[in-house]
Amino acid sequence: MFLVDVILSGLILGGIYALIAMGLSLQYGVARIMNLAYGEFTIAASFLAYVMFTVAGVSPILALAVAMPLSFALNWAVYRVLMTPLVRRAKSPGALEVDSILATFGLLFVVQGILLMIFGGSYVSYSYLAVPVQIIGSTVALNRLLAAGLAVAIALALTLFLMRTRIGTAIRAVSVNPAAAPLVGIDTTAYAAFAFGLGGALVAASGVLVSMFFTFNAAMGVVFTMKALIVVIMGGVGNIFGALVAGLILGLAEALTAAFLDGGLTLAVNFALFLGILLIRPTGLFGKAAR
Amino acid sequence: MNAKDWIVPLAILAAAAVLAPLPLVAGSYWMALLVNVLMYAVLATAWALFSGPTHYVSLATAAFFGLGAYTMAFLGEKLPLALVYPVAALIGAVIATIVGLSTLRLSGVYFVIFTFGLAELVRQLVTWAEAKYGGTVGRFVFIDVTQQGIYWMLLGVLVLVLLTGFLIQRSRLGWALKAIGEDETVARHAGIDTTVAKVAVFVISATFMTVVGAIMAPRWTYIDPSIAFNPIISFQVLIMALLGGAARLYGPILGVVPLATLFEILQANFPNSFSILLGLAFLVIVYFVPSGIVGLIDQGRDVLGRAGRRRAHPAE
Amino acid sequence: MQPLLELHGVSKAFGGLRAVDGLTASVRRGEVVGLVGPNGSGKTTALNLITGNLTADSGAILFEGRPIERAAAHRITRAGIARTFQLVRVMPSLTLAENVAVGAMFGARACSPAEAQERALPLLARVGLAARADERARSLTYIDQKRLELARALAAEPQLLLLDEWLAGLNPTELKDGIALIAALAADGMTIVMVEHVMDAIRALCTRCVVMNAGTKIAEGSPAEALSDPAVIKAYLGDDDA
Repeated sequence: MFLVDVILSGLILGGIYALIAMGLSLQYGVARIMNLAYGEFTIAASFLAYVMFTVAGVSPILALAVAMPLSFALNWAVYRVLMTPLVRRAKSPGALEVDSILATFGLLFVVQGILLMIFGGSYVSYSYLAVPVQIIGSTVALNRLLAAGLAVAIALALTLFLMRTRIGTAIRAVSVNPAAAPLVGIDTTAYAAFAFGLGGALVAASGVLVSMFFTFNAAMGVVFTMKALIVVIMGGVGNIFGALVAGLILGLAEALTAAFLDGGLTLAVNFALFLGILLIRPTGLFGKAAR
Repeated sequence: MNAKDWIVPLAILAAAAVLAPLPLVAGSYWMALLVNVLMYAVLATAWALFSGPTHYVSLATAAFFGLGAYTMAFLGEKLPLALVYPVAALIGAVIATIVGLSTLRLSGVYFVIFTFGLAELVRQLVTWAEAKYGGTVGRFVFIDVTQQGIYWMLLGVLVLVLLTGFLIQRSRLGWALKAIGEDETVARHAGIDTTVAKVAVFVISATFMTVVGAIMAPRWTYIDPSIAFNPIISFQVLIMALLGGAARLYGPILGVVPLATLFEILQANFPNSFSILLGLAFLVIVYFVPSGIVGLIDQGRDVLGRAGRRRAHPAE
Repeated sequence: MQPLLELHGVSKAFGGLRAVDGLTASVRRGEVVGLVGPNGSGKTTALNLITGNLTADSGAILFEGRPIERAAAHRITRAGIARTFQLVRVMPSLTLAENVAVGAMFGARACSPAEAQERALPLLARVGLAARADERARSLTYIDQKRLELARALAAEPQLLLLDEWLAGLNPTELKDGIALIAALAADGMTIVMVEHVMDAIRALCTRCVVMNAGTKIAEGSPAEALSDPAVIKAYLGDDDA
């Protein structure tokens, strides 16, 4: 069944996109930093998994355990060192948005430049669990299925964490109203840094998962940043559920375009979908309507 | 206009008159650098016409630049050359009107991301269309325009964009943009048709960018979408305008001259670490020169002014 | 005589909340009308509907007999309605003179930038800010920003001036000056609608009061009549205490 194949691969892709976007949604929704260097961290994690697998034969699942804490620490430090001065000097939320876009844009080139110096511009991939499995009459590579499964597991764990723990509640409070959170004894900066780091852990997870089945190179970070931005903005900024729905829509749209239209148009369809949704709903599918 | 009002236009023309004979003496290395500086000078000044007063950060520069370059690539050998530039300008204006009208409801980060996405969308579409219907990704531009010719045309456009900026600043339109940048709600309630003001200047700005693309295309002889719609163009223009200071007409040029030179040197000497250095330059500017060179000049003038007043009134 | 401003069954809902619910009211030329009511009764929303900051879901708004309920904010200003904002809004990095000049340039009597600068100065003098014309608006105190906002609204040369809690947050001296300023405007024949919680000011200034609760008009009349209406007391104090 051809259509089942397409929808299945679309959903798998969409699950991964949703995971990529959740990290950005945390970083933007809570810390109010629109991180344009986001995709570079995805690719960096992909390269980490690639090196660990090809050099030392370490399974990508174990690479997750290394990449996620590492990226958490790195992103936490980025917020503390680079973003805090911008937060302090910002006269308005708008000024902070623009400043953070510019700063993370500089960061994008720095990280990309480092990756290019180490790995050059060539495409790499590795073969891990590249075996076909049958699922509802359709054939899928096991690595893709595993990646999607792990993406869903991580997304669920994150949702439970945000909904059920004290820290999660505090993070949601900062996200909803950064001005009022300090009034109930929440240290906004500390939680913003924590959320930024948590977003970093998620981006590393998605980078490792993507590397299991995807061919990538050092210059591809922008593609992931754009996909994450598209999903986040389509879903409504700071809305984790929205990110999930938008991620699945995007994955399905890509799979359908590749199958029925033209493989060369998937990125164009991505952007067209994104621009179209913004035009109809300027604050995203599930975003709060601006008064 | 009284006598004082003529100072700025005359200064612009005088500067152009000084720069005009340079191709007669400059060697090809210097010509390449000069053309590069002029190209970014026009792009950054045009960018600041719209984004300076309104604080709407646009990353669509590459979209319009590439549009102009492709207009030249498609029509350069079919139409008389003198006709291609106005056609490119018209195409740029029409597309900019459509984009401007459709993005009116977006602001802040949504506008930034939208313009970035727009440039990428156009690039992907052109890549796809070229591969599908052209058979190749790139195309050759064999059009006989000399380096000198490109220089003089860019200089002419630079004079035009500066004079346009000067006229806008003094007009009601300029004040409308300033008010929009300060507080768009207040602007609307003060009686400003914010739609018309924003779209008008966005179109003017984009038209200049498109023409620059058309002028520059023959210089490469071969273009493909990743050259013509290179997102780095948008970002370089942005960083140059910010370094100079987008609040003044001459601000962006102050940023273009040092940065275009710096990038040229970096690219020639450190091609492998260019990206890192570009990123670091960006960070340094954002953190240490947030209001641009113009801001530093203004601060310096304030300090000098205060010192002068203190000397004049020692009792204070 | 035809009223200057008429509202007929105007409604506006945000999601499930009916902020303004079938509001009917009118303002005659030369009146100073107080629009009062408890917090959340829809007063500011009503001002936003009149000035085109929001669009009504249903109902008609007529200004000088012409419908304006669908008009854009800038057209309404040009037609002759100017306003101030509940949370004071100035253009912070423009000078005081420039703030007012922008109001003059695009208002009911639009003019060139040069002429607008000239028209700005007497207005700054009127609100007591002439000496600081060349300072940036962000350097002003809260009360002075309110004065500046009023000068900008007046620069549009409106037929109708809408003040949204313009007297809120002033100390007793400032309040006295503020009331005198509005009284002087009224004496010049300006038609004013003021949303206000300062009851002394309403008694001193208003010729008539419209009291709102839950998005509708619950009483109308002279300040003394309207404010002593049982429905009004009930709205302010709640059912249990009334």
